[in-house]
Amino acid sequence: MMDALGPHAGFILAAYLAAVVILSGLAAAILLDRRAQRRALAALEERGAGRRGGSTS
Amino acid sequence: MASLTELANPARFMRLSSVLLPWFAGAAALLLAIGFYLVWFVAPADYQQGETIKIMYIHVPAAWLALMFYSMMALSALGVLVWRHPLADVAQQAAAPIGASFALVCLLTGSFWGKPMWGTYWVWDARLTSMLVLFLLYLGVIALRRAIDEPSRAGRAVAILTLVGCVNIPIIKFSVDWWSTLHQPASVLRLGGSTIHASMLWPLLITALGFTLLALALHAAAMQAEILRRRVRTLTIFEAERLDRLSLQAAQ
Repeated sequence: MMDALGPHAGFILAAYLAAVVILSGLAAAILLDRRAQRRALAALEERGAGRRGGSTS
Repeated sequence: MASLTELANPARFMRLSSVLLPWFAGAAALLLAIGFYLVWFVAPADYQQGETIKIMYIHVPAAWLALMFYSMMALSALGVLVWRHPLADVAQQAAAPIGASFALVCLLTGSFWGKPMWGTYWVWDARLTSMLVLFLLYLGVIALRRAIDEPSRAGRAVAILTLVGCVNIPIIKFSVDWWSTLHQPASVLRLGGSTIHASMLWPLLITALGFTLLALALHAAAMQAEILRRRVRTLTIFEAERLDRLSLQAAQ
């Protein structure tokens, strides 16, 4: 594999690795954030937040 | 215009994006798989640059997307300042980290391409410097948003900064024509057609489309997260006010 990429294989693989790490990190951050917000909203709704005259317990 | 207003309703956006998002993500995965199969097993090495041309297939789409997302943010900024539409603010906020990530990918892959071809990771020429300025603008937009607690004030401040930063977009695009730079001139998006051979152009266009759909899917997911965060914030305030009222009633 490294031989097929020629004398600059390290630079090619480093470029691909950088892209994979940055874009995977971005996707993970966005998806984890969305899951956290969904859970926070579900917890608030379960407590009756936003309902007029809802229970406090 | 009425349909645009309906689409810009946050509840309608949540429903529509939930349906479209898996299709966008699936199409992105398929196109990227096909594109990178062509890049690694079909497309030829460049007669001058050899196998380092493989870096082009991530570097160029990343550059296009960094510019596209800043342009989208500028349109959203107009929506914030002119129509004061909350979804425009959400779109702008969600786009900044995505654009910043693609700008960073563009800068890093460019450096890894530059070292073997130019003999240096970095040079302060017009194209590279204006791209670095774009990345710093993205970071500035993200930092400014976090520095202001009140969301609507933060949205307006960020919109103004975004529109001021717009001046950098044509500078990036035309820097290779206006100044003498190490960076090669435009070879795909140019008057007179592409100068790249079809055996390299098609894999480039397919990976670019794949990255674009991936970025749009991430943008939709980030907008969903932001809409949910604003609902959580509103409900938390309502709940705090209600608990305050109840404790006052109990004290009386």
